[in-house]
Amino acid sequence: MAITLSASDLPSPPLSARLSPPQVWGIVLLAPYILVFLAFVIYPIGYGLWLARQPASYVALFNDPIFARAAVNTLIFLLIGINIKMMIALFLSGFFVEQRRWIKWLSVIFILPWAVPSIPTILSVRFMLNPEWGMVNQIIFKLTGDDGPNWLNDPAVALSMAIGVHIWKSLPFWTLILITGRLAISHDLFEAAAVDGATWWQKFRYITWPSMQTLYITCTLLSMIWTLGDFNSVYLLTGGGPADLTHVLSTLGIRYLRLDQLSLAMASIVCAMPFVLPLVYFMMKRLSR
Amino acid sequence: MKLPGLSEFSWRDAGNEARLLLIGIPVFIWTMVPIYHMFLFAISPKEDAFSGKMWPDHPTLHNFEIVFRQQHYFLRDFYIQFWNSVVIAAAVGALTLFVATAAAFSISRLRVPGGRVVMNLALFTYFIPAAFLAVPMYRTMGTYGLLNNHWSLILAMVTIASPYAIWVLKQASDKLPVELDEAAVMDGATTLQIFRLVYLPLMMPSLVAIGTYAVLLAWNEYLYAFLLLSKDTEITLPVALGNFLAADDSPWELLMTTGFIYALPPAAVYYVFRRYMVGGLTAGAVKS
Repeated sequence: MAITLSASDLPSPPLSARLSPPQVWGIVLLAPYILVFLAFVIYPIGYGLWLARQPASYVALFNDPIFARAAVNTLIFLLIGINIKMMIALFLSGFFVEQRRWIKWLSVIFILPWAVPSIPTILSVRFMLNPEWGMVNQIIFKLTGDDGPNWLNDPAVALSMAIGVHIWKSLPFWTLILITGRLAISHDLFEAAAVDGATWWQKFRYITWPSMQTLYITCTLLSMIWTLGDFNSVYLLTGGGPADLTHVLSTLGIRYLRLDQLSLAMASIVCAMPFVLPLVYFMMKRLSR
Repeated sequence: MKLPGLSEFSWRDAGNEARLLLIGIPVFIWTMVPIYHMFLFAISPKEDAFSGKMWPDHPTLHNFEIVFRQQHYFLRDFYIQFWNSVVIAAAVGALTLFVATAAAFSISRLRVPGGRVVMNLALFTYFIPAAFLAVPMYRTMGTYGLLNNHWSLILAMVTIASPYAIWVLKQASDKLPVELDEAAVMDGATTLQIFRLVYLPLMMPSLVAIGTYAVLLAWNEYLYAFLLLSKDTEITLPVALGNFLAADDSPWELLMTTGFIYALPPAAVYYVFRRYMVGGLTAGAVKS
């Protein structure tokens, strides 16, 4: 080490002399994470990219109708599902900042979907939608005397239900964040607007939205990235069925993995990257300020 | 004799209240339906559970008895699986706290060279969807010979939990005044003494939040657990729940009962540590 350093153009003292004891400790304390990062992030990603190197995988992937369907489903999930979720969250954040004792209690209950693990609740919904024995169709039968639809057997309905489950699970989290955003707005602004006789919509349009739009857009983008990794909502509700028509990219990758088509699994993930990386870049810019 | 202005005012109040209720009641129903349905199955005998009743004719705790006595094919390893979940969650919590606290101290307080780069790499990992990393992670664990070993799940979850943990802890430690460290150095404290005697006590609230976050993340994890572990005596509870679906005539009332038992600890933990979670996590989750 010392030899290479002294051979360089700018002679510098040996490493141990350049570093103060706190810096040595700094390196020692950072080492565990760096090891974790190298062993379980860098190596897997590198290995995955190496597996996905052959153009033949991409040809096979694009010839697989399930992939095209999964890509479309993912887009529907993200563009429609997330926007609906965030709009409801924005609306509900306005509801939950109202000062009422019962709304305080309701907000405690409202957090439950976020606090409980998703597996049992998704399975609960799955059984509720069972065509013969599920609660929903039993009620439909009692009310109308007709058999209800076979909910999870129609791809469009099944995907909507998966989106519904996703919204059920993560709505409380985003509402909570938007509530903190709303509470940060100065109350004087609203009082002044009330004196001027502003309507509900004008208050929202000229006070609430301008102060919250950055937060709202950040939340939407972050939610989109995370939802790309939402495996449970689809897998546990529909299992990708009927006939593999409700897969999204995260469940498709696992499906290929189970079929031992690892290069296809990696190729499908690589195909999502042009969409993911700009979002990731944008979020990192925002968070590392 | 009422003052007209006063009665007008209370009418408007009532209208306002009604409008709030019109939002609040659907929100309550929407939130509770899947959870109530799970609870309903847990206290229903089989024939009531499948009849679509809103409340069973004969509510019973018999399902819980079957689960706790492991009296069903799907439940024969219930205690082992529960224990696996506990051990893995505890290990992930402890390891994440160790890795992330050390890293945050090093980056934020010691200003180690390259700390910023590591922070950015960690953030990058945080934004890679976990399901995407799962595929190569599975193969990597195979290469390391860790498949079907609890360490594979523990290490995978530590990998997933650390980036956010480091980020939150770094934000929190940036807020501690530099003068503290300087004063401690003046008094002749070594780096490790500063870490142990000054840094850790001051960081306690954030450490509680991050520990809870990591424990809940590991306890709730399904995808990685289901990929990395497969033996009946090695798997965690959520994987066991998923395995119920393998049969066509699954005992749904027992599945819901087990699910209910599995969901109780994280819900309890969440509500106990809510104070820390709201302060430490949601505020840091998205900076506006």
